[in-house]
Amino acid sequence: MRIAAALFSPVAIASPMQDVLQPAGPQAGHIHALWLLMLIVCSIVLVAVTVAMLLAVRRASRGDESTPGDAALLTRDEHRIHRVVGTAVGVSIAGLLLVFGATVITDRALAQLPLNDGVHIRLVGHQWWWEATYDDPQPANVFSTANELHVPVGRPVVLTLEADDVIHSFWVPNLHGKKDLIPGRTATFAFRADVPGTYRGQCAEYCGYQHANMALLVIAEPSDRYEQWVTRSRSSAPQPADDTTKRGQQVFMQSTCAMCHAITGTNANAKRAPDLTRVASRETLAAGAIRNDPTALTAWIADPQAIKPGTHMPANALPSSDMEALIAYLETLK
Amino acid sequence: MSTLAFLSAHGRRRASDSVNSVVAVAGLLMLAMIAGCQRESRHFEPTAGPGITPPMVRMSELQPAQVNPKQSIAPRYEVNAYSLAEGKRLFEWYNCNGCHANGGGGIGPALMDNVWIYGAEPENIYATIVQGRPNGMPSFGGHIADEQVWQLVAYVRSMSGLVPQDAATSRNDDIQSKKSENRTDPEHPVPAATPSSSERSQ
Repeated sequence: MRIAAALFSPVAIASPMQDVLQPAGPQAGHIHALWLLMLIVCSIVLVAVTVAMLLAVRRASRGDESTPGDAALLTRDEHRIHRVVGTAVGVSIAGLLLVFGATVITDRALAQLPLNDGVHIRLVGHQWWWEATYDDPQPANVFSTANELHVPVGRPVVLTLEADDVIHSFWVPNLHGKKDLIPGRTATFAFRADVPGTYRGQCAEYCGYQHANMALLVIAEPSDRYEQWVTRSRSSAPQPADDTTKRGQQVFMQSTCAMCHAITGTNANAKRAPDLTRVASRETLAAGAIRNDPTALTAWIADPQAIKPGTHMPANALPSSDMEALIAYLETLK
Repeated sequence: MSTLAFLSAHGRRRASDSVNSVVAVAGLLMLAMIAGCQRESRHFEPTAGPGITPPMVRMSELQPAQVNPKQSIAPRYEVNAYSLAEGKRLFEWYNCNGCHANGGGGIGPALMDNVWIYGAEPENIYATIVQGRPNGMPSFGGHIADEQVWQLVAYVRSMSGLVPQDAATSRNDDIQSKKSENRTDPEHPVPAATPSSSERSQ
């Protein structure tokens, strides 16, 4: 079990980017600029304080008990010292005001993202996965997916954030700052991705045993590819074509799977676990814990607790022929 | 004089030594008791998979020849806070509350009272969930993992106070419709057919 966990864990994390220093949208850009400003100001302060301290150490009086005190210091004119201290205080206040002002300006800039033509997504945090529902004025066009957001480059994305059980926090460092998902409250959060790419997000509020394995991928792609993905996602799951996949669908419906998961176009409509209508098209399984391929999927279904201890998915001891059929069926859900 | 002082100091030291050893023994005993406490332990190894064959349930106290001792894995779940909390979550997930409400009953019978139509023992409840019962109780065998059925059994019993209170679930985060399970006074289970005059006679 432990070996399996070690085998599957590190693979998925390698490719997607999760980096505050490489902003891929206007808001991450503003935050990055503020971060740079703070870095510069703080570096200057650090250097100034260090230099002042070294100078003070160097100028400290040298002598021993027998050296008489320097009474001349008491009569010395202190105008110059007053000037130096006054300038230092003034510069410090100016520096603080600069950082404070920059923070206010950044805050305002973050709030001023134009939201016309936005993509509206309802994102619900669960222990330990993300449920994404793409809203649409046409009810038939609404669809659900999990742990992977596809967004169009250059268009704003408006997230409605909710939590199902405990407090989670949405954080995709390349795109924006953090926003908490709090049970019983609805938060709104908007960002825009200007550079195509795959960005990794991570739950940023400790939410239980598998908090570390609650990742989210945001895939920013050009408009036409995004529209293709949306069209495909809106359609029902493909019907099984051959005997194996037909048997696989039967296994899915007759065993524990259908109690929690949904596949559109079938009798499985439960909403307690990730929607599996397009599960084979996702890059990772179990909210970024493992890569998505048939071997990993088999290991996951057979014993999820070995890979993600504490996850709400139970172990499923299926006969191997049933398991193979089930995997074959799930692999057709693209 | 000095001998007296030495003696009394020695006596005091001996007294404090014996106090120390009592404290040490008590501490060790407490540590041993923690090892025996299963409230917080978690089991992540997979169990037998979807429950198809329920454990044997004896429907009578009478047995020929020697009485077989009762064997049950249910206590493992009933003293464990994690299992009970999972049971509470699953009770909603699998829509048990759709018919049994929050234990008060509705379409299905109440679960928080002392009346048990098909038995109050964990194995009875397990069989009821897995096999289903006439007049509307679905048969969940094969549709709910074995582990989860036992968690549900433990939670169902906690609704009428039949599990240790220190392990039972506490109040809900949202609307509270009844006393939380860890504040529920234990009921004394009776079969449904028993006349009402004999209720609580046990």
